[in-house]
Order: sequence, then C-alpha cells, then structure tokens
Amino acid sequence: MPAHMHPDTREVILEARDLTRTFGGTTVLDRFSFRLHRGEVLGLLGANGAGKTTAMNCLLGLTLPTSGSVHAFGLPLESHRIAILGRANFSSTYTALPGNLLVEQNLRVFARLYGVPQPDRRIATLLDLLEISHLRRRVTGELSAGESTRVSLVKALLNDPELLMLDEPTASLDPDIADKVRTVIRTVQRERQIGILYTSHNMRDIEEVCDRVIFLHRGRAVCEGAPADIVARSSRQSLEEVFISIARDGEIIDAPAEATAP
Amino acid sequence: MNVRVIGALVLRQLYLYQRTPMRLVELMFWPLVDLVVWGNVTVFIQRNSSADFGAYVVFLIGALILWDVLFRAQQGVAISFLEDVWTRNLLNIFVAPVRTSEYLGATFTIGGLRILATFLVMSAVSWIGYRFNVFQLNWWLLPFFVNLMLFGWALGMISTALILRWGQAVESLAWAVPFLIQPFVAVFYRVEDMPAWTRPFAWCLPATPVFEGMRQVMQTGTADPTLLALAFGLNAVYLLLAGLLFSRVLRIVRTRGLLTKFATQ
Repeated sequence: MPAHMHPDTREVILEARDLTRTFGGTTVLDRFSFRLHRGEVLGLLGANGAGKTTAMNCLLGLTLPTSGSVHAFGLPLESHRIAILGRANFSSTYTALPGNLLVEQNLRVFARLYGVPQPDRRIATLLDLLEISHLRRRVTGELSAGESTRVSLVKALLNDPELLMLDEPTASLDPDIADKVRTVIRTVQRERQIGILYTSHNMRDIEEVCDRVIFLHRGRAVCEGAPADIVARSSRQSLEEVFISIARDGEIIDAPAEATAP
Repeated sequence: MNVRVIGALVLRQLYLYQRTPMRLVELMFWPLVDLVVWGNVTVFIQRNSSADFGAYVVFLIGALILWDVLFRAQQGVAISFLEDVWTRNLLNIFVAPVRTSEYLGATFTIGGLRILATFLVMSAVSWIGYRFNVFQLNWWLLPFFVNLMLFGWALGMISTALILRWGQAVESLAWAVPFLIQPFVAVFYRVEDMPAWTRPFAWCLPATPVFEGMRQVMQTGTADPTLLALAFGLNAVYLLLAGLLFSRVLRIVRTRGLLTKFATQ
C-alpha cells in the first residue's frame, strides 16, 4: 500500500460526503468527499473557480449543498449547527472585524459570543502569541493588512477550537509575518491537536503547514496526499508545478484515496 | 435562546456608541427636529382655531412621539443588520454559534434601548417646549408603546429579509419601509378622515388602532379596549409572518449561496 493511502486512525472531526453544489445548471462542487482527522492540517487547493470557496461555505453551513452532507464531530451539520460552530472557528481574508471598534472590544465581543471563560486573560495570551499585544487599544479599521489578519487569527483561536477553517490566512502578509503566522498555526495546532482545513494559493504555505492536501479541479477532487508524496508521484518538480498542471489541464495524478471512502 | 449570545451582540452596539458619540447625536437629532416642527405647527393651529380644537390638536405631538417608537424599533433591527454588512462582519457572526432567534433578539434589544433613549428625551423636550405631557396617556401608554414596538420589530424583520434577499442595492428599504406604511396608519389624522378605499387597509395594520386609541384617550381619558385587542392580535400575526419570512429568506439565501456573496461584496 502506498504511503499516502495508509488509513488514519485518529478521530474524524470533519467529513464531507458526496458534497454536490450546482448553481443554475453549473456544477461547482461534484460529489466531493473527504475526512479531516483530529490534529491534522488538510489543504484544499485549486485554481480560482475550482470549488474551494463553495466547499468551505458548505462546510461552514453558509451555503446548503444541493446533495450530500457534512458531519463534524460525528454530528450532521444541518441539525447540529450551533453545537458544531461552538467547537470550531473560521478566519478569512475576505471578512473583517468591525473597523470602528478597538481591537480589544472586538475580541471581547467574540469571546462572549463563544462563551470563553476569563476572556481578558485569553485575549492577552493570544495577542502575545501572535506578537500583537501592542495593538490591543488600536482601532481595528486602522490596522495594516498584516495586523488585521493576525487579529482575525486571534479571534479564530479565542474559543480554543477543535476544528479551524482558514481561508488564505497569509494572503496579504509579507514573508516575515507570513512565516510567523505559519509558525503560530503549526505550534497551536500541535499543542492543541486542532484539525485545520486550510486554503491557500501559496504553495510554500501548503508545504510547510499541511499534512495532506486535496486538489480540486472543476469541483472534483482530482488528487490527494501528503504534499511531498504528490510531487513524488507526479512527473513535476514541485507542488507549484503540480498546481499549475492541474489548473491548466485538469491532470489527475491518481484517484483520491479517501475521496471514495464511504 | 442564549442570553449570553444576545448580550455579546448588544455589547458590540454599545461599544459602537461609546466609540462614536456622533451616533448619539444622530439618534436624537432627527426626532428633535421633527418635534420642534410639529410642536410649532401645533402652537400655530392652537392660536388660529377654536379653543376645543386647539386643545384636541395637541395630539399631533403625542402622535409624533409614538410614531418615533415604531420607527426606532424598526431601525433597531434593520440598521443593526446593515452595520454587520457594512463592516464585513456578517460572516463572522454567521459562522459563530449564534441562532437566528438570538441575532434577532439582540436587534430587538438594541431597538428597545434606542427607543427608550429617544422617548425619554422627546418626552422631556415636549413638556419643556410645548407643555405636552405624554404621560397624560396614563397606563394606556404602556400597551400603546408595546404594540408600536412589536410592529416596528415585525417591519424590521421584513425590511431585513428583503435586504438579505436582494442585497445592498435595496438597503434604502431600511429607512423606507416605515414611511411606506405611515400614510395608512392614521398617525396625524383619524381613519375616518382618510379616503374610503384606504380605510380597510388601515385597519389591517396594528399601528392604526394604537393611534386611534391615543386620540381617544387624549379626548376622553379612556380608549375602546377592542382597539388594543385588535392591535395585539394583528401584531401576533405580523410577528409570526415576519419571522416566517425572515427564516424562509435566510434558507433561500443559504440555498442559493447568496450569503457569502452579500457579506463580502
């Protein structure tokens, strides 16, 4: 059995089963299945329009799938949305925290929303972890893109989530800050055994952070495995080349192992 | 429904007022401008009409104060939602463990706080400036107040549902919806003074019996209890329908994948 097909015995914390989403006759997501295990970082890759955002939205319950289902912590998302979202969190470059509040005010609001015990202490710890304690009293809307992203990450870690969905978390960061953010994500993920679903167009991000990746092309999972394994199995030199190859030609490296698992 | 979640969403709005005191000015500015205009009109009419009618026409100030209750309640719901859209915070809220009922509960609470603030200020100014005491409505004031607030919440849910469905292109509905119904709820005139064809429609709106009742109390010291029963009954129907519409639209928006588009546009 190839290395990338070894079954993972860790608890499945997020599972998509035959997730299909059509918009006016166009299939944007086509029978997409995967499992994310506790303590695993799974990268969701694909060109623009490949179906990543739709998949993420379905997994968060923001968009309902046309067919198929999402389960988290063994519970169906549709009927246990609140319980699941209380144990998960999300950060995206496409959302923002209200710009007219102070950073600490925004974080206090979300700490209360998630029922975080000792919220001020938790906020201080996370601001310190992301090296942005000095931003505590700053107006959120006046932060740089990099500062804003890190504040959003603090928000995403407030409730000590077991499942974290990160949509291009380093998209607007300079290499130094991006490196720091990756380090923090990895550190927190290892310490807390968080399962992370991660999307990025930055292959360095993916290679550094993700244990496993799934390539989407026209809504279908066309390739799955550890980043290094995928490169080894392909005729390409790097993950970036694999990405380009799939984006342009829809080249399928192999059949996705877990994508077909029940 | 979790009170902690509602409290967190209300806290966000309170922080907004703390951060930008101009919002408090905005909250008071228009009601006070309206009050001065209508107060002066009332004084003008009083001085140029019979003593009986002059005593009666003072209801215009009461009508304005009560109309503001309805308007603020509706605004509390619709503007709170738009605040989340404008600040691109909507997705953060929708991916947090927040039930629709809790989100609406928070907007109702915010609406209630806004009403209380403007009501107290307008009541004080109308007494100081025009010797109009809104508390002359006695205990009738409470059910009038509650009914207008309930109807405002229902209108708030309806306007929010429409904005949610058709996006920011129709966000002016947040301000327009109360004024679309204003001509039909007999705020500043009696139902019998309205064109005959509009009267059946007027009696289908819960604010109409409230304004009719207000005028009765100011004239006779009491009101026909059936007016209150009608207002409460209609409000129950409107709140139910508005709640169903909001849930239905939210479902449609999630089915069509419009929520993320709307929240990030």
